[in-house]
Amino acid sequence: MRYLPLTADDRAAMLGVIGADHVDDLFVDVPAEARLDGPVHGLALHASEMAVERHMSALAQQNLSAGSAPFFIGAGAYRHHIPASVDHLIQRGEFLTAYTPYQPEIAQGTLQVLFEFQTQVARLLGTDVANASMYDGSTACWEAIAMAGRVTKRGRAVLSGGVHPHYVATARTMARFTGDTLETLAPVLEATPDDTATIAAIDDVTSCVVVQYPDILGRIPDIAAICAAAQAKGALVIAVVTEPVALGLLRSPGELGADIVVGEGQSIGVGLNFGGPYLGLFGCREKFVRQMPGRLCGQTVDADGKRGFVLTLSTREQHIRREKATSNICTNSGLCALAFSIHMTLLGGSGLDRLARINHARARAMAERLAQIPGVSVLNESYFNELTLVLPTDARHAVRDMADAGVLGGVSLGRLYPDSPELAPGLLLTATETVTDADIEALATALETALAGVPA
Amino acid sequence: MTRYFTKDHEWVEVEGTSGTVGITDYAQGQLGDITFVDLPAVGEGVTAGEAASVVDSVKAASDVYSPVSGTVSEANPALETAPELVNTDPESGGWLFKLTLSDAAQLDALMDKAAYDQYVAGL
Repeated sequence: MRYLPLTADDRAAMLGVIGADHVDDLFVDVPAEARLDGPVHGLALHASEMAVERHMSALAQQNLSAGSAPFFIGAGAYRHHIPASVDHLIQRGEFLTAYTPYQPEIAQGTLQVLFEFQTQVARLLGTDVANASMYDGSTACWEAIAMAGRVTKRGRAVLSGGVHPHYVATARTMARFTGDTLETLAPVLEATPDDTATIAAIDDVTSCVVVQYPDILGRIPDIAAICAAAQAKGALVIAVVTEPVALGLLRSPGELGADIVVGEGQSIGVGLNFGGPYLGLFGCREKFVRQMPGRLCGQTVDADGKRGFVLTLSTREQHIRREKATSNICTNSGLCALAFSIHMTLLGGSGLDRLARINHARARAMAERLAQIPGVSVLNESYFNELTLVLPTDARHAVRDMADAGVLGGVSLGRLYPDSPELAPGLLLTATETVTDADIEALATALETALAGVPA
Repeated sequence: MTRYFTKDHEWVEVEGTSGTVGITDYAQGQLGDITFVDLPAVGEGVTAGEAASVVDSVKAASDVYSPVSGTVSEANPALETAPELVNTDPESGGWLFKLTLSDAAQLDALMDKAAYDQYVAGL
């Protein structure tokens, strides 16, 4: 078969159908300052492969990468050590079967992993069932909100102030098209999450209340109390977990009564990868399984009575139910789910528990050292591996100065919430098992230097 | 009691203003083994010709259209654990839901048993 590229006439005809004048009109949602408006600076239009590679490497070296500096950034994506065996195993031939495992006779490798992945996720989140993964944590969160609407036949969702602002933004984007009402609360710089405000926002037409655990500031909300309040109003509780390693130490949201538990699975087995691809975790009560989005793999027996795996309950999905499907997702994050499952298998239950304890111990060591800096205080009453520091100045400046000094010192709340000046002194810091004592000392020194001259 | 049929292969049996709705034997035969029935909630309003229930089979997920408009008064509880009743006893024990009719005149547009059998024979 020959590859026949589109002609200018073909393009004009297609643009005409969708009502766009120019291809560039399709990219208007990308902010102008983020668009490349011409050739890459300094790169000749015609050059050898070696010359191009050299130029691009030089450009890439202007980044301060996670692996080459003391690293304390979290806020939804976490740097953990991934054993080399994970990358080796995901490349084995047994897993390189069909991209879409609709044909179980040729996709048993993929299907068995998905089944085991679901089992691990359900146990981790404390839910009856879990699906074969979503795109990422934020889309899983939106899918849970949409699902709660189908279950309760209500259209008003309450998002607590502790939900990651990017997750809130994703939900807002989707709600523009579905007509759902989102009641979004603002975070407050307090030692504990404002569960009272969250509970007060639940009314008789609320479909669900979304709570992040630990929350965006690293605090631990009282899921059980929120569940009791939601249940009284007939609303579902959606718990969001952006750092699944935390569940090695914390009681799972499902166990605490959450109806749907979603999360970002990147922490386990998947690198930071400059923001993606990641994988969404999604679990719920068994009685809601027919309203669950996404792919589900089940265990069965073949004609000879041997154990095998197939996709199941597919009538929820778009390739069968079309516009009445529970979701327009018609795939899963297969490779990332595989990496998650292999890393989780290598850790085991006790390994996850130990990893979680190391993370918390590292964060405590960091908090104790930083609290010695004049004018700096730790906000949180409780935390796992991420916490909020309150600085005597706008944390954006401190983060910039620390980066210039070669330390990636967290995420400023001013960056996450540019329209909330009252949050500007907040600095979100994470310490995982990858952080050494020397890294903590480098962070403390860089922060002290950044704050020198700022009245405490 | 009178039984009426639709071209979409639903039946409704009417007594006074109360109706019982199911799918026909022909319909279950076309669908194959039924694995799940998504029933409407009691109190829900349904409209003639619009989807009121979904029947999942090994072949497809198919909407069931309500033959008449009204308010759902009961959903067959037996189908929750035994959806295969729709295959084995479609026109009796495998009924889907009962409703209170809001407009009995809609029945005039439906077929009787003889007309439906003739319609199916021509398919």
